[in-house]
Amino acid sequence: MTSRVRVEAQINGDPVEFLCEPYQSLLEVLRDVLGLTGTKEGCSNGNCGACNVLLDGVLVNSCLVLAPEVHGHEVTTIEGIAGSDGLHPIQRAFLDHAALQCGICTPGFIVAARALLDRTPHPTEQQVRHWLAGNLCRCTGYDKIVRAVLAAADTMETAR
Amino acid sequence: MQAFDYVRAASVEDAVARLAASGGQAYVLSGGTDLIVQLREGRRSARVVVDVKGLPEFGDLSYDPDMGLLIGAATPCWRIAADAAIASAFPGLVEAISLIGGVQIQGRASIGGNLCNASPAADSIPALIVHAAVCEIAGPSGRRSLPVEEFCIAPGRTALQPGELLVRVFVPPPAQHSGAAYLRFIPRNEMDIAVVGAGAAVTLDSHGERFVAARIALGAVAPTPLYVAEAGAALAGQPVSPDTIAEAARLAREAARPIDDLRGTAAQRRHLSGVLVRRALERAVERARAR
Ligand SMILES: Cc1cc2nc3c(=O)[nH]c(=O)nc-3n(C[C@H](O)[C@H](O)[C@H](O)COP(=O)(O)OP(=O)(O)OC[C@H]3O[C@@H](n4cnc5c(N)ncnc54)[C@H](O)[C@@H]3O)c2cc1C
Ligand code: FES
Ligand code: FES
Repeated sequence: MTSRVRVEAQINGDPVEFLCEPYQSLLEVLRDVLGLTGTKEGCSNGNCGACNVLLDGVLVNSCLVLAPEVHGHEVTTIEGIAGSDGLHPIQRAFLDHAALQCGICTPGFIVAARALLDRTPHPTEQQVRHWLAGNLCRCTGYDKIVRAVLAAADTMETAR
Repeated sequence: MQAFDYVRAASVEDAVARLAASGGQAYVLSGGTDLIVQLREGRRSARVVVDVKGLPEFGDLSYDPDMGLLIGAATPCWRIAADAAIASAFPGLVEAISLIGGVQIQGRASIGGNLCNASPAADSIPALIVHAAVCEIAGPSGRRSLPVEEFCIAPGRTALQPGELLVRVFVPPPAQHSGAAYLRFIPRNEMDIAVVGAGAAVTLDSHGERFVAARIALGAVAPTPLYVAEAGAALAGQPVSPDTIAEAARLAREAARPIDDLRGTAAQRRHLSGVLVRRALERAVERARAR
């Protein structure tokens, strides 16, 4: 028998404490224990990026992180991307460029794009495509998504 | 997901004790990009996973031009690739680890996990072999070292004995006039497993015209990553020329023992072995001359 684990972490800036099974993924806990259902499950094997979150600022697949591993660490999910004053420029650009259809892949793309623009504010198209290679979209197609990310980079530059 | 316990190792000795006491039911957890998938899919079964990421030595990353490179077994790939001094001293190694997965995988995947998972197609291993890397292993009877080419013994199996774990990998400093490269063939540009991988490291004379030494290794063409000592030895003392490089590539192609599978046929893999070794040697020579 395994015993439940108590985990303390910062999630989207707030201190959070939860109990979980030692073998539960961060993805499961976010969705099923904490009610943060913005993070999606696509493949649960690291291939699709729908479950992307930032762990201490580093982009990771939450389906490949055990929830107890985040004890003492900081997690940012899609719910933590928008500011108090409304949508993040990346989210706005996805809407403006119709970069989503069913939307399952969208939170993962947005979290990934945010990680890219944090470190590379002016990416080339090639850099955007390379960075997003670990995110799969089955309905929109990648061109609109890439254009949305490039447009968001421009907007963020103007706002700076 | 199957049920298992999670423990954070308190020290290397604690990790060793837990592994030794587990009767093979404990797994070391590094980045989890292989292990968590395998546990979820039931390809491995565990009673407990032992997280080593919090242990200081496992997160080591230090490079000194005289002492060489020390990589903690759990250091994620992105940290290694982000270090400019390491990328310039070991371009072949950084080329290889940068191919592992996409950005999200790079955020977690480690060299220790890549080695210990012992896939015949693991990208870092041929590169570590040509750099003559050495594994530092901790176990119930203390520490020992093992050349990286002796670490994998079968698909998914390593030379680690019960209770042992990989602590660090040591890569000697690059010699003067040396260069290295790693190339892999996959059907798309990103996010795929090697059909064939090839690493080459060369040391040239001070004029850049003669090979002083060379090491060549292949991935995905045998049950383990393959060190082709004879192909490197054939270059020692020879002039740098299309003919000598072609001969080394031929020896590598002969050494390959590939199989047919969904990623490619044995014949294609044998052919690719020769082509990739030739190109990796050419690129390594170029880098050695530029240094
Ligand atoms: C989408 C995706 C793409 C991938 N692409 C590639 C690719 O292109 N090339 C490639 O080579 N691999 C690839 N991989 C496989 C994987 O990411 C790598 O093998 C990675 O380096 C594993 O490191 P890890 O830290 O995640 O290992 P883990 O999953 O933590 O561990 C792997 C295995 O090694 C054992 N282990 C880990 N550390 C130690 C230690 N210190 N001592 C003893 N045993 C230990 C574990 O118990 C486990 O059995 C991919 C995986 C995914 C999910
Ligand atoms: S659900 Fe995690 S990568 Fe697909
Ligand atoms: S919008 Fe449906 S998968 Fe991308």
